Amino acid sequence: MRVAVLGLGAVGKGLLRMLAEKPELGLVLTAVADSSSAWIDPDGLDPAVVLDRKCTTNRCGTQGLTADQVLDSGAYDVLVELTPTNAVTGEPALTHMRRALSMGRHVVTSNKGPIAAAHAELEELAAEQGVALRYEATVGGAIPVIHAIRNGLAGNRFHAVTGVLNGTCNYILTRMDEEGLTYDQALAEARELGYAEADPTYDVRGIDAAIKLVILANTCWNLGVTLDDVAITGIDGLTVDALRLADAQDCTIRLIGEASPERGLRVAPRVLPRSHPLVIEGTLNAIMLSTDMAGECTMMGKGAGSVETASAIIGDLLAIRDRWVECG
Amino acid sequence: MKLEMKDSPGQLVAALTPISEYGGNIIAVIHQREPDASSDTLGVQIVLEIEQDRLDALVAAIKRQGVSILRLGEERLLYRQSVIMIGHLIHTDIGDTIDRIDSTGFAEVAELNVQMPAIAEPSTALITIKATTRSEMERALDLLRGVAAEKGLLIVEPLAEGER
Repeated sequence: MRVAVLGLGAVGKGLLRMLAEKPELGLVLTAVADSSSAWIDPDGLDPAVVLDRKCTTNRCGTQGLTADQVLDSGAYDVLVELTPTNAVTGEPALTHMRRALSMGRHVVTSNKGPIAAAHAELEELAAEQGVALRYEATVGGAIPVIHAIRNGLAGNRFHAVTGVLNGTCNYILTRMDEEGLTYDQALAEARELGYAEADPTYDVRGIDAAIKLVILANTCWNLGVTLDDVAITGIDGLTVDALRLADAQDCTIRLIGEASPERGLRVAPRVLPRSHPLVIEGTLNAIMLSTDMAGECTMMGKGAGSVETASAIIGDLLAIRDRWVECG
Repeated sequence: MKLEMKDSPGQLVAALTPISEYGGNIIAVIHQREPDASSDTLGVQIVLEIEQDRLDALVAAIKRQGVSILRLGEERLLYRQSVIMIGHLIHTDIGDTIDRIDSTGFAEVAELNVQMPAIAEPSTALITIKATTRSEMERALDLLRGVAAEKGLLIVEPLAEGER
Protein backbone atom coordinates (compact mmCIF):
# COMPACT_ATOMS: atom_id res chain seq x y z
CA MET A 1 0.00 0.00 0.00
CA ARG A 2 1.39 3.38 -1.03
CA VAL A 3 1.59 6.08 1.62
CA ALA A 4 2.15 9.85 1.25
CA VAL A 5 3.13 11.85 4.33
CA LEU A 6 2.51 15.58 4.70
CA GLY A 7 4.33 17.22 7.60
CA LEU A 8 7.66 16.14 9.06
CA GLY A 9 7.61 17.41 12.63
CA ALA A 10 8.13 15.12 15.61
CA VAL A 11 5.22 12.86 14.65
CA GLY A 12 6.18 12.63 10.98
CA LYS A 13 9.77 11.77 11.87
CA GLY A 14 8.58 9.15 14.36
CA LEU A 15 6.40 7.60 11.66
CA LEU A 16 9.23 7.51 9.10
CA ARG A 17 11.54 5.96 11.67
CA MET A 18 9.03 3.20 12.33
CA LEU A 19 8.43 2.65 8.60
CA ALA A 20 12.21 2.29 8.17
CA GLU A 21 12.40 -0.16 11.07
CA LYS A 22 9.39 -2.21 10.02
CA PRO A 23 9.56 -2.86 6.28
CA GLU A 24 7.60 -6.08 6.88
CA LEU A 25 4.45 -4.00 7.33
CA GLY A 26 4.34 -3.50 3.58
CA LEU A 27 3.73 0.24 3.84
CA VAL A 28 5.53 1.87 0.93
CA LEU A 29 6.38 5.54 1.25
CA THR A 30 5.86 7.19 -2.15
CA ALA A 31 5.76 10.89 -1.26
CA VAL A 32 6.66 13.27 1.56
CA ALA A 33 6.39 17.00 2.01
CA ASP A 34 7.43 19.44 4.72
CA SER A 35 6.85 23.17 4.84
CA SER A 36 9.53 23.99 2.23
CA SER A 37 10.09 20.93 0.08
CA ALA A 38 8.75 17.63 -1.17
CA TRP A 39 9.90 14.33 -2.66
CA ILE A 40 7.74 12.13 -4.82
CA ASP A 41 8.68 8.72 -6.17
CA PRO A 42 5.87 6.39 -7.21
CA ASP A 43 8.32 3.47 -7.02
CA GLY A 44 8.92 4.10 -3.33
CA LEU A 45 11.21 6.16 -1.15
CA ASP A 46 13.53 4.83 1.53
CA PRO A 47 12.19 6.39 4.75
CA ALA A 48 15.65 6.22 6.32
CA VAL A 49 17.14 8.27 3.47
CA VAL A 50 14.33 10.83 3.69
CA LEU A 51 14.85 11.14 7.44
CA ASP A 52 18.58 11.55 7.03
CA ARG A 53 18.06 14.27 4.46
CA LYS A 54 15.55 16.03 6.70
CA CYS A 55 17.89 15.92 9.68
CA THR A 56 20.97 17.13 7.81
CA THR A 57 19.43 19.79 5.54
CA ASN A 58 16.16 20.45 7.38
CA ARG A 59 14.41 19.73 4.09
CA CYS A 60 13.04 16.35 3.20
CA GLY A 61 13.09 16.83 -0.55
CA THR A 62 13.43 19.27 -3.39
CA GLN A 63 12.98 22.90 -2.54
CA GLY A 64 10.08 24.40 -4.45
CA LEU A 65 8.11 21.20 -4.58
CA THR A 66 5.08 21.44 -2.29
CA ALA A 67 2.37 19.49 -0.53
CA ASP A 68 0.00 20.48 -3.33
CA GLN A 69 2.16 18.67 -5.85
CA VAL A 70 2.23 15.61 -3.64
CA LEU A 71 -1.56 15.70 -3.44
CA ASP A 72 -1.98 16.17 -7.19
CA SER A 73 0.52 13.45 -8.06
CA GLY A 74 -2.01 10.87 -6.88
CA ALA A 75 0.94 8.54 -6.30
CA TYR A 76 -0.51 7.17 -3.08
CA ASP A 77 -3.38 5.11 -1.71
CA VAL A 78 -3.41 6.80 1.69
CA LEU A 79 -2.60 10.37 2.64
CA VAL A 80 -1.12 10.77 6.12
CA GLU A 81 -1.80 14.37 7.16
CA LEU A 82 0.56 15.50 9.93
CA THR A 83 0.96 19.23 9.34
CA PRO A 84 0.82 21.61 12.33
CA THR A 85 -2.65 21.84 13.78
CA ASN A 86 -4.84 24.90 13.66
CA ALA A 87 -7.55 24.56 16.26
CA VAL A 88 -9.85 27.16 14.74
CA THR A 89 -9.80 26.72 10.97
CA GLY A 90 -8.16 23.31 10.71
CA GLU A 91 -6.08 24.68 7.82
CA PRO A 92 -4.08 23.91 5.79
CA ALA A 93 -4.75 20.30 6.78
CA LEU A 94 -8.47 20.52 6.08
CA THR A 95 -7.87 21.51 2.44
CA HIS A 96 -5.29 18.71 2.05
CA MET A 97 -7.72 16.16 3.44
CA ARG A 98 -10.65 17.33 1.34
CA ARG A 99 -8.54 17.09 -1.80
CA ALA A 100 -7.21 13.64 -1.05
CA LEU A 101 -10.66 12.30 -0.17
CA SER A 102 -12.16 13.89 -3.30
CA MET A 103 -9.53 12.08 -5.34
CA GLY A 104 -10.67 8.79 -3.80
CA ARG A 105 -7.71 8.45 -1.46
CA HIS A 106 -7.92 7.27 2.15
CA VAL A 107 -6.84 9.74 4.82
CA VAL A 108 -5.11 9.09 8.15
CA THR A 109 -4.32 12.00 10.42
CA SER A 110 -3.04 13.04 13.83
CA ASN A 111 -4.31 16.53 13.16
CA LYS A 112 -6.96 17.52 15.69
CA GLY A 113 -7.98 20.81 14.07
CA PRO A 114 -9.75 19.52 10.95
CA ILE A 115 -11.32 16.53 12.72
CA ALA A 116 -12.75 18.74 15.47
CA ALA A 117 -13.88 21.41 13.00
CA ALA A 118 -15.24 19.34 10.14
CA HIS A 119 -15.67 15.72 11.22
CA ALA A 120 -19.13 15.21 9.71
CA GLU A 121 -18.25 16.85 6.40
CA LEU A 122 -15.06 14.79 6.02
CA GLU A 123 -16.80 11.53 6.92
CA GLU A 124 -19.51 12.30 4.39
CA LEU A 125 -16.95 13.03 1.70
CA ALA A 126 -15.10 9.80 2.52
CA ALA A 127 -18.35 7.81 2.38
CA GLU A 128 -19.26 9.35 -0.99
CA GLN A 129 -15.90 8.36 -2.38
CA GLY A 130 -15.92 4.93 -0.76
CA VAL A 131 -12.71 5.59 1.16
CA ALA A 132 -11.72 5.69 4.84
CA LEU A 133 -10.99 8.57 7.17
CA ARG A 134 -9.11 7.50 10.31
CA TYR A 135 -7.87 9.71 13.12
CA GLU A 136 -6.83 7.49 16.01
CA ALA A 137 -3.75 9.63 16.68
CA THR A 138 -5.78 12.78 17.37
CA VAL A 139 -6.89 11.61 20.81
CA GLY A 140 -5.00 9.91 23.59
CA GLY A 141 -1.73 9.33 21.69
CA ALA A 142 -1.10 5.61 21.50
CA ILE A 143 -4.37 4.60 23.21
CA PRO A 144 -6.60 2.93 20.59
CA VAL A 145 -9.77 4.61 21.83
CA ILE A 146 -11.28 5.45 18.44
CA HIS A 147 -10.85 1.81 17.39
CA ALA A 148 -12.50 0.81 20.66
CA ILE A 149 -15.49 3.07 20.05
CA ARG A 150 -15.92 2.10 16.39
CA ASN A 151 -14.90 -1.52 16.40
CA GLY A 152 -14.32 -3.18 19.75
CA LEU A 153 -17.40 -1.66 21.38
CA ALA A 154 -19.45 -1.46 18.18
CA GLY A 155 -23.16 -1.97 18.85
CA ASN A 156 -22.95 -0.46 22.32
CA ARG A 157 -24.83 2.67 23.20
CA PHE A 158 -22.47 5.19 24.75
CA HIS A 159 -23.82 6.91 27.84
CA ALA A 160 -20.77 9.06 28.50
CA VAL A 161 -17.11 9.48 27.73
CA THR A 162 -14.86 10.84 30.44
CA GLY A 163 -11.13 11.24 30.37
CA VAL A 164 -7.77 12.70 31.19
CA LEU A 165 -6.94 14.01 27.73
CA ASN A 166 -3.98 16.31 28.27
CA GLY A 167 -0.68 14.95 29.55
CA THR A 168 0.79 18.37 30.31
CA CYS A 169 -2.02 19.25 32.72
CA ASN A 170 -1.92 15.80 34.26
CA TYR A 171 1.81 16.12 34.84
CA ILE A 172 1.41 19.55 36.48
CA LEU A 173 -1.40 18.35 38.73
CA THR A 174 0.50 15.19 39.66
CA ARG A 175 3.51 17.27 40.72
CA MET A 176 1.40 19.79 42.65
CA ASP A 177 -0.23 16.88 44.44
CA GLU A 178 2.85 14.76 45.13
CA GLU A 179 5.42 17.44 45.89
CA GLY A 180 3.31 20.38 46.97
CA LEU A 181 4.71 22.47 44.10
CA THR A 182 2.84 25.63 43.19
CA TYR A 183 1.21 25.79 39.79
CA ASP A 184 4.01 28.03 38.48
CA GLN A 185 6.74 25.73 39.77
CA ALA A 186 5.11 22.63 38.31
CA LEU A 187 4.62 24.39 34.97
CA ALA A 188 8.27 25.49 34.92
CA GLU A 189 9.32 21.90 35.58
CA ALA A 190 7.04 20.59 32.83
CA ARG A 191 8.63 23.06 30.42
CA GLU A 192 12.13 22.04 31.40
CA LEU A 193 11.29 18.41 30.71
CA GLY A 194 9.74 19.31 27.37
CA TYR A 195 6.22 18.35 28.46
CA ALA A 196 4.91 21.88 28.07
CA GLU A 197 5.17 24.28 25.14
CA ALA A 198 6.81 27.68 25.46
CA ASP A 199 3.30 29.05 25.32
CA PRO A 200 1.35 26.61 27.47
CA THR A 201 -2.00 28.42 27.16
CA TYR A 202 -3.47 25.86 24.79
CA ASP A 203 -2.81 23.04 27.26
CA VAL A 204 -3.34 24.61 30.68
CA ARG A 205 -6.50 26.49 29.75
CA GLY A 206 -8.09 23.20 28.72
CA ILE A 207 -8.40 23.96 24.99
CA ASP A 208 -6.40 20.94 23.83
CA ALA A 209 -8.46 18.64 26.08
CA ALA A 210 -11.67 20.26 24.79
CA ILE A 211 -10.73 19.64 21.15
CA LYS A 212 -10.07 15.98 21.92
CA LEU A 213 -13.36 15.77 23.78
CA VAL A 214 -15.16 17.16 20.72
CA ILE A 215 -13.56 14.44 18.57
CA LEU A 216 -14.54 11.70 21.03
CA ALA A 217 -18.10 13.03 21.31
CA ASN A 218 -18.55 13.18 17.54
CA THR A 219 -17.16 9.66 17.21
CA CYS A 220 -19.60 8.34 19.84
CA TRP A 221 -22.73 10.26 18.88
CA ASN A 222 -22.11 12.10 15.61
CA LEU A 223 -23.96 15.18 16.86
CA GLY A 224 -21.74 17.65 15.04
CA VAL A 225 -20.51 19.41 18.19
CA THR A 226 -17.64 21.90 17.97
CA LEU A 227 -15.20 23.57 20.32
CA ASP A 228 -17.80 26.30 20.95
CA ASP A 229 -20.06 23.70 22.56
CA VAL A 230 -17.56 22.88 25.32
CA ALA A 231 -17.69 24.62 28.71
CA ILE A 232 -13.99 24.98 29.47
CA THR A 233 -12.16 25.73 32.72
CA GLY A 234 -8.39 25.33 32.79
CA ILE A 235 -6.00 24.43 35.58
CA ASP A 236 -4.11 27.73 35.67
CA GLY A 237 -6.13 29.07 38.60
CA LEU A 238 -5.52 26.07 40.88
CA THR A 239 -3.73 26.52 44.19
CA VAL A 240 -1.65 24.06 46.19
CA ASP A 241 -4.24 24.49 48.96
CA ALA A 242 -6.90 23.10 46.64
CA LEU A 243 -4.88 19.90 46.20
CA ARG A 244 -4.22 19.74 49.94
CA LEU A 245 -7.89 20.12 50.78
CA ALA A 246 -8.74 17.40 48.28
CA ASP A 247 -6.00 15.20 49.72
CA ALA A 248 -7.46 15.54 53.22
CA GLN A 249 -10.52 13.74 51.84
CA ASP A 250 -8.45 11.05 50.17
CA CYS A 251 -9.11 12.71 46.84
CA THR A 252 -7.08 14.60 44.29
CA ILE A 253 -7.70 16.97 41.37
CA ARG A 254 -7.37 16.14 37.67
CA LEU A 255 -8.38 17.98 34.51
CA ILE A 256 -11.33 15.95 33.27
CA GLY A 257 -13.13 16.09 29.95
CA GLU A 258 -16.67 14.81 30.23
CA ALA A 259 -19.25 14.40 27.47
CA SER A 260 -22.71 12.89 27.29
CA PRO A 261 -25.69 13.59 25.04
CA GLU A 262 -27.74 14.77 28.06
CA ARG A 263 -25.20 16.86 29.91
CA GLY A 264 -23.18 18.24 27.06
CA LEU A 265 -19.43 18.73 26.95
CA ARG A 266 -17.32 20.05 29.76
CA VAL A 267 -13.61 20.32 30.52
CA ALA A 268 -12.75 21.34 34.08
CA PRO A 269 -10.54 20.44 37.00
CA ARG A 270 -12.50 17.98 39.14
CA VAL A 271 -12.10 16.35 42.52
CA LEU A 272 -11.80 12.55 42.25
CA PRO A 273 -11.29 9.84 44.86
CA ARG A 274 -7.75 8.50 44.65
CA SER A 275 -9.15 5.08 43.82
CA HIS A 276 -10.89 6.40 40.67
CA PRO A 277 -9.57 4.76 37.47
CA LEU A 278 -8.98 8.19 35.91
CA VAL A 279 -6.52 9.16 38.63
CA ILE A 280 -3.33 8.43 36.72
CA GLU A 281 0.16 9.80 37.14
CA GLY A 282 2.40 12.05 35.11
CA THR A 283 1.88 12.56 31.40
CA LEU A 284 -0.38 9.53 30.94
CA ASN A 285 -3.84 9.82 29.43
CA ALA A 286 -6.91 7.76 30.30
CA ILE A 287 -10.37 7.48 28.80
CA MET A 288 -13.42 5.88 30.35
CA LEU A 289 -16.29 4.83 28.10
CA SER A 290 -19.65 4.22 29.78
CA THR A 291 -21.77 1.94 27.65
CA ASP A 292 -24.98 -0.06 27.85
CA MET A 293 -23.57 -3.53 27.14
CA ALA A 294 -19.93 -3.37 28.16
CA GLY A 295 -20.52 -1.20 31.22
CA GLU A 296 -17.54 0.96 31.99
CA CYS A 297 -14.38 0.42 30.02
CA THR A 298 -11.25 2.41 30.83
CA MET A 299 -8.13 2.61 28.69
CA MET A 300 -4.91 4.18 29.84
CA GLY A 301 -1.61 4.83 28.13
CA LYS A 302 0.87 7.25 26.71
CA GLY A 303 -0.91 10.33 25.44
CA ALA A 304 1.95 11.84 23.46
CA GLY A 305 5.35 11.14 21.94
CA SER A 306 6.46 10.69 18.37
CA VAL A 307 6.73 6.90 18.31
CA GLU A 308 3.58 6.48 20.43
CA THR A 309 1.66 8.62 17.96
CA ALA A 310 3.25 6.68 15.08
CA SER A 311 1.78 3.55 16.69
CA ALA A 312 -1.72 5.01 16.36
CA ILE A 313 -1.08 6.10 12.75
CA ILE A 314 0.31 2.72 11.74
CA GLY A 315 -2.67 1.03 13.38
CA ASP A 316 -4.96 3.13 11.20
CA LEU A 317 -2.89 2.43 8.07
CA LEU A 318 -2.98 -1.32 8.63
CA ALA A 319 -6.72 -1.23 9.36
CA ILE A 320 -7.22 0.52 6.02
CA ARG A 321 -4.96 -1.95 4.24
CA ASP A 322 -6.85 -4.94 5.66
CA ARG A 323 -10.32 -3.55 5.15
CA TRP A 324 -10.04 -1.54 1.96
CA VAL A 325 -6.95 -1.94 -0.08
CA GLU A 326 -6.24 -5.66 -0.28
CA CYS A 327 -9.89 -6.70 -0.36
CA GLY A 328 -10.62 -4.34 -2.90
CA MET B 1 -40.85 1.22 55.52
CA LYS B 2 -42.02 -2.16 56.69
CA LEU B 3 -44.76 -3.76 54.69
CA GLU B 4 -47.01 -6.71 55.30
CA MET B 5 -48.33 -8.55 52.31
CA LYS B 6 -49.97 -11.82 51.38
CA ASP B 7 -47.51 -14.61 50.75
CA SER B 8 -48.66 -15.19 47.21
CA PRO B 9 -47.04 -14.67 43.82
CA GLY B 10 -47.09 -11.14 42.44
CA GLN B 11 -47.50 -9.41 45.79
CA LEU B 12 -43.99 -8.06 46.04
CA VAL B 13 -44.10 -6.72 42.51
CA ALA B 14 -47.48 -5.12 43.32
CA ALA B 15 -45.90 -3.33 46.27
CA LEU B 16 -42.81 -2.22 44.39
CA THR B 17 -44.40 -1.02 41.15
CA PRO B 18 -45.85 2.22 42.60
CA ILE B 19 -42.43 3.21 43.93
CA SER B 20 -40.94 3.68 40.51
CA GLU B 21 -44.18 5.21 39.24
CA TYR B 22 -43.83 7.95 41.83
CA GLY B 23 -40.19 8.55 41.07
CA GLY B 24 -38.84 6.75 44.11
CA ASN B 25 -35.49 5.04 44.19
CA ILE B 26 -35.34 1.65 45.89
CA ILE B 27 -32.15 1.24 47.88
CA ALA B 28 -32.82 -2.14 49.49
CA VAL B 29 -35.52 -4.76 49.77
CA ILE B 30 -35.17 -6.99 52.80
CA HIS B 31 -37.35 -10.02 52.62
CA GLN B 32 -37.38 -12.21 55.68
CA ARG B 33 -39.61 -15.21 55.99
CA GLU B 34 -40.69 -15.53 59.60
CA PRO B 35 -39.90 -18.91 61.19
CA ASP B 36 -43.59 -19.64 61.84
CA ALA B 37 -44.48 -20.78 58.38
CA SER B 38 -48.11 -20.96 59.36
CA SER B 39 -48.48 -17.25 58.70
CA ASP B 40 -49.94 -16.51 55.31
CA THR B 41 -48.54 -13.00 55.28
CA LEU B 42 -45.05 -11.88 54.54
CA GLY B 43 -43.08 -9.05 56.08
CA VAL B 44 -40.89 -7.04 53.76
CA GLN B 45 -38.74 -4.05 54.54
CA ILE B 46 -38.08 -1.55 51.81
CA VAL B 47 -35.55 1.21 52.02
CA LEU B 48 -36.16 3.88 49.45
CA GLU B 49 -35.64 7.51 48.71
CA ILE B 50 -38.34 9.74 47.35
CA GLU B 51 -39.12 13.43 47.23
CA GLN B 52 -40.89 14.45 50.42
CA ASP B 53 -43.98 15.77 48.65
CA ARG B 54 -44.63 12.50 46.83
CA LEU B 55 -44.49 10.26 49.87
CA ASP B 56 -48.18 10.50 50.81
CA ALA B 57 -49.29 9.69 47.29
CA LEU B 58 -46.94 6.70 47.23
CA VAL B 59 -48.26 5.37 50.55
CA ALA B 60 -51.81 5.63 49.23
CA ALA B 61 -50.83 3.85 46.02
CA ILE B 62 -49.21 0.98 47.88
CA LYS B 63 -52.30 0.59 50.07
CA ARG B 64 -54.49 0.47 46.99
CA GLN B 65 -52.52 -2.60 45.93
CA GLY B 66 -53.86 -4.33 49.05
CA VAL B 67 -50.54 -4.17 50.86
CA SER B 68 -50.54 -2.88 54.41
CA ILE B 69 -47.78 -0.68 55.68
CA LEU B 70 -46.84 -1.72 59.20
CA ARG B 71 -44.33 0.99 59.89
CA LEU B 72 -43.07 3.98 58.02
CA GLY B 73 -39.78 5.24 59.31
CA GLU B 74 -38.97 8.58 57.82
CA GLU B 75 -35.56 9.99 57.70
CA ARG B 76 -34.56 13.12 55.92
CA LEU B 77 -31.70 11.52 54.06
CA LEU B 78 -28.88 13.97 53.89
CA TYR B 79 -26.71 14.33 50.87
CA ARG B 80 -23.33 15.86 51.46
CA GLN B 81 -21.19 17.20 48.70
CA SER B 82 -17.90 19.05 48.99
CA VAL B 83 -16.57 21.46 46.41
CA ILE B 84 -13.40 23.48 46.38
CA MET B 85 -13.62 27.22 45.77
CA ILE B 86 -10.64 29.34 44.80
CA GLY B 87 -10.40 33.10 44.56
CA HIS B 88 -10.77 36.20 46.66
CA LEU B 89 -13.29 34.49 48.89
CA ILE B 90 -13.19 36.86 51.83
CA HIS B 91 -13.22 40.04 49.76
CA THR B 92 -16.15 38.79 47.75
CA ASP B 93 -18.06 38.36 51.01
CA ILE B 94 -17.93 34.74 51.99
CA GLY B 95 -20.76 35.40 54.45
CA ASP B 96 -23.02 36.30 51.55
CA THR B 97 -21.89 33.22 49.58
CA ILE B 98 -22.92 31.01 52.50
CA ASP B 99 -26.18 32.90 53.06
CA ARG B 100 -27.20 32.40 49.47
CA ILE B 101 -27.07 28.62 50.00
CA ASP B 102 -28.51 28.65 53.53
CA SER B 103 -31.44 30.88 52.58
CA THR B 104 -32.73 28.37 50.01
CA GLY B 105 -34.41 26.39 52.77
CA PHE B 106 -33.44 23.10 51.11
CA ALA B 107 -29.68 23.19 51.41
CA GLU B 108 -27.13 24.51 53.82
CA VAL B 109 -23.41 24.95 54.19
CA ALA B 110 -22.36 22.36 56.74
CA GLU B 111 -18.66 22.93 56.79
CA LEU B 112 -16.16 25.46 55.56
CA ASN B 113 -12.41 25.15 55.63
CA VAL B 114 -10.64 28.25 54.32
CA GLN B 115 -6.94 28.43 53.60
CA MET B 116 -5.49 31.93 53.25
CA PRO B 117 -1.87 31.88 52.13
CA ALA B 118 -1.11 35.63 51.93
CA ILE B 119 -3.07 38.84 51.68
CA ALA B 120 -2.96 39.39 47.92
CA GLU B 121 -3.07 35.70 47.03
CA PRO B 122 -6.29 33.86 46.26
CA SER B 123 -7.72 31.83 49.10
CA THR B 124 -8.95 28.27 48.78
CA ALA B 125 -11.88 26.77 50.62
CA LEU B 126 -13.46 23.38 50.95
CA ILE B 127 -17.15 23.99 51.29
CA THR B 128 -19.48 21.13 52.23
CA ILE B 129 -23.14 21.45 51.38
CA LYS B 130 -25.93 19.36 52.84
CA ALA B 131 -29.23 18.87 51.09
CA THR B 132 -32.15 16.52 51.55
CA THR B 133 -32.38 15.10 48.06
CA ARG B 134 -30.18 14.64 45.08
CA SER B 135 -32.11 17.13 42.98
CA GLU B 136 -31.94 19.73 45.74
CA MET B 137 -28.21 19.18 45.93
CA GLU B 138 -27.99 19.78 42.20
CA ARG B 139 -30.03 22.98 42.61
CA ALA B 140 -27.76 24.14 45.42
CA LEU B 141 -24.68 23.46 43.29
CA ASP B 142 -26.23 25.35 40.40
CA LEU B 143 -26.78 28.29 42.71
CA LEU B 144 -23.20 28.09 43.89
CA ARG B 145 -21.96 27.99 40.27
CA GLY B 146 -23.92 31.16 39.62
CA VAL B 147 -22.51 32.89 42.69
CA ALA B 148 -18.98 31.83 41.70
CA ALA B 149 -19.38 33.15 38.16
CA GLU B 150 -20.71 36.44 39.52
CA LYS B 151 -17.84 36.82 42.00
CA GLY B 152 -15.10 35.52 39.72
CA LEU B 153 -14.39 32.43 41.81
CA LEU B 154 -13.16 29.10 40.48
CA ILE B 155 -15.13 26.05 41.57
CA VAL B 156 -13.66 22.55 41.48
CA GLU B 157 -16.48 20.05 41.68
CA PRO B 158 -16.31 16.35 42.36
CA LEU B 159 -16.63 14.07 39.35
CA ALA B 160 -20.04 12.50 39.77
CA GLU B 161 -20.31 8.76 39.61
CA GLY B 162 -21.31 7.75 36.10
CA GLU B 163 -25.02 7.67 35.36
CA ARG B 164 -25.68 4.00 35.62
